[in-house]
Amino acid sequence: MSTTAVAEEHHGAPSGLKRWLFSTNHKDIGTMYLIFALVMMFTGGALAMLIRAELFMPGLQIMQPDIYNMILTDHALIMIFGAVMPAATGLANWMLPMMLGAPDMALPRLNNLSFWLLPAAAALLLTSMVLPFLPGGGAPVTTGWTLYPPLSVQSGMGMDFTIFAIHLLGASSILGSINIVVTILNMRAPGMTMMKMPMFAWCMLFTALLLIIVAPVLAGGVTMLLFDRHFGTSFFDAAGGGDPVLFQHLFWFFGHPEVYVMLLPAIGVLSMVIPTFSRKPLFGYKALVGGLIFLFSLSLIVWAHHQYTVGMSPLATEYFMIMTIVISIPVGLMILNFLMTMWRGAMTFETPMLYAISIVIMFSFAGVTGVMLAVVPADMEYHDTYFVVAHFHYALLPGALFGLFAGVFYWLPKWTGHMYDEKLGKIFFWWNIIGFNLTFFPQHFVGLAGMPRRIVDYSPQFAEINMLSSIGAFIFGTSHLLFLYIVIKCIRGGEKAGDMPWEGAKAGTTGLEWELPSPPPFHSYTTPPVVR
Amino acid sequence: MTGAGGDLERRNRRTSLVLGALVAGMFAFGFALVPLYRLVCQVTGSNVIGQARRADAGALAGRVDEQRTVRIYFDATVNTGLPWEVTPLTRSMEVHPGKVYEVRYRATNNEGQTVTAQAVPGVTPWQATGHLHKIECFCFSRQTLGPRESREMPLRFVIDPELPQEYKVVTLSYMLMTAPEQTAARGGESRADSG
Repeated sequence: MSTTAVAEEHHGAPSGLKRWLFSTNHKDIGTMYLIFALVMMFTGGALAMLIRAELFMPGLQIMQPDIYNMILTDHALIMIFGAVMPAATGLANWMLPMMLGAPDMALPRLNNLSFWLLPAAAALLLTSMVLPFLPGGGAPVTTGWTLYPPLSVQSGMGMDFTIFAIHLLGASSILGSINIVVTILNMRAPGMTMMKMPMFAWCMLFTALLLIIVAPVLAGGVTMLLFDRHFGTSFFDAAGGGDPVLFQHLFWFFGHPEVYVMLLPAIGVLSMVIPTFSRKPLFGYKALVGGLIFLFSLSLIVWAHHQYTVGMSPLATEYFMIMTIVISIPVGLMILNFLMTMWRGAMTFETPMLYAISIVIMFSFAGVTGVMLAVVPADMEYHDTYFVVAHFHYALLPGALFGLFAGVFYWLPKWTGHMYDEKLGKIFFWWNIIGFNLTFFPQHFVGLAGMPRRIVDYSPQFAEINMLSSIGAFIFGTSHLLFLYIVIKCIRGGEKAGDMPWEGAKAGTTGLEWELPSPPPFHSYTTPPVVR
Repeated sequence: MTGAGGDLERRNRRTSLVLGALVAGMFAFGFALVPLYRLVCQVTGSNVIGQARRADAGALAGRVDEQRTVRIYFDATVNTGLPWEVTPLTRSMEVHPGKVYEVRYRATNNEGQTVTAQAVPGVTPWQATGHLHKIECFCFSRQTLGPRESREMPLRFVIDPELPQEYKVVTLSYMLMTAPEQTAARGGESRADSG
């Protein structure tokens, strides 16, 4: 090692554009991930607002059916691949090295690559949305995020852009996941055994492993789709000996574990937040690790419960039904752990804790509707109705997005060195939660009454509830502007945060991240701490 | 520090390679699912809800009823418009319920071009229909004969020992009909035609 290289190791943050473009620093890359996710959340949110505006009244008001279906497709893709997953990777990037006592992620250059694939993917995805409005741009992508053939084989050029965007997003999340797994396995400080790791690290480990296993299968599936579209193969074309249902299996082999990919980071955040504000160690650490392993394995073998109505044999549907119901055991275990952690704790209700408690309640509710949907005869009625839409928004907003919000509020003082405005935080929480419930709770009822999803128009009998839902959505959507304001305000200044801004933050964890100053120096733990 | 750092770097590289191999393996697994899926469907019939299952010869074979015989007649008719001749090589036979038998039909195409046909079975008396299990039959799929081609087509069947005692004679008769050429052609050809 030459002397210049040694000198370079201790430089500060480089300035200007180069700092971000060529960054190999886990904190900077984490910040970029979070900002990217925020931008995507507002993009996907704007699309959701368009959807709810169209559904405000029966009939066609502001867009044609094709465009409506394209917007709901891209709303899902942007929210899942653009907002939730990058935000989780961003939290992992920021927190994992500090939690484990590592100087940085294990593969810093790969880290840079996996982030910078994202803006390219987003550009492709946005292009696919603009294309139908251009001459010769072809028909819009109207398949929904599931991209089922034969419709996806017949879509216009926008589908190719979407497929390539998914390739890039998949590559980015696979590379990011490899980095997370290697960091957790190899970069822990001396004495930081696996069983001493903060629960957040365990959750990110299983998230990353799941992605490494399932994302390549999705990549394979959309590649076959691309071949069917352009190279005359017939993987999914029944006339050529293929089977369109095969794509559904490939897609959901990825798509179901994907639900846990989005859920587990939030579970990880809750496992930090709830002990902190209950001032008690996490209840049942070992059981939770076991539950995660159980959940990880089960999530890989239940995918076809999304396809009960395609005509599988009763034997196959029975298998998937039973396995799906079994999954509620480890999830129930997590809920139990959180409740028992709060039990007789000295609880205070700062914004992250408010989110944590509301998540435990609302996510359990999604679990109940989930078990309803898992039961085959019932699902035959619920399938493709607004009941499903309500179910998965209850699972994915509390189970993923709100968990990420909790994480951002929890760690903002650490990242910026300033306390966020607690009063505004609480206003944001109530505004957010009331808007959310007003939007999605009524959708259970129109769903049970038979309103189909992914359709631009609806029967006049559903008008009142849809109007209520749309009003809720506008309340919910605008609340995020306050979130943006709180975050910007916190970055720019505010009450000085101590090294450990939360009194109970070290309850039951080694809490290496709280031993660093707030904000942490550009390079932290260059000499590893020793954990006893 | 340098030694430990080099060691860590090697470990990181090894772990990344293992994970990279897992990614490549899962990508390949996605493609392997194409034949695997077809195989699983064939073996378990997991996507053929509503279609008749083929008889499980193994389950029936163990229960051969040597005491009892049933006379079975074979018959074939050709529908108007199908330029074929179809005759059963065995007109009738005595069978033991539970035992597997094979008979053959000869089909001849009298026309100078390729013709595809589908055989539709019928059993008299109809009460015996559920007890006559075909293990292999030319009626399971469409049959195509080239110009002036003649071919023997097999039929393997077993009579269920559960067939009520009062049925002593069963007739299996086939009606052959022209199958539309277009639907019979597999994708490769039809694509070439349309493209």
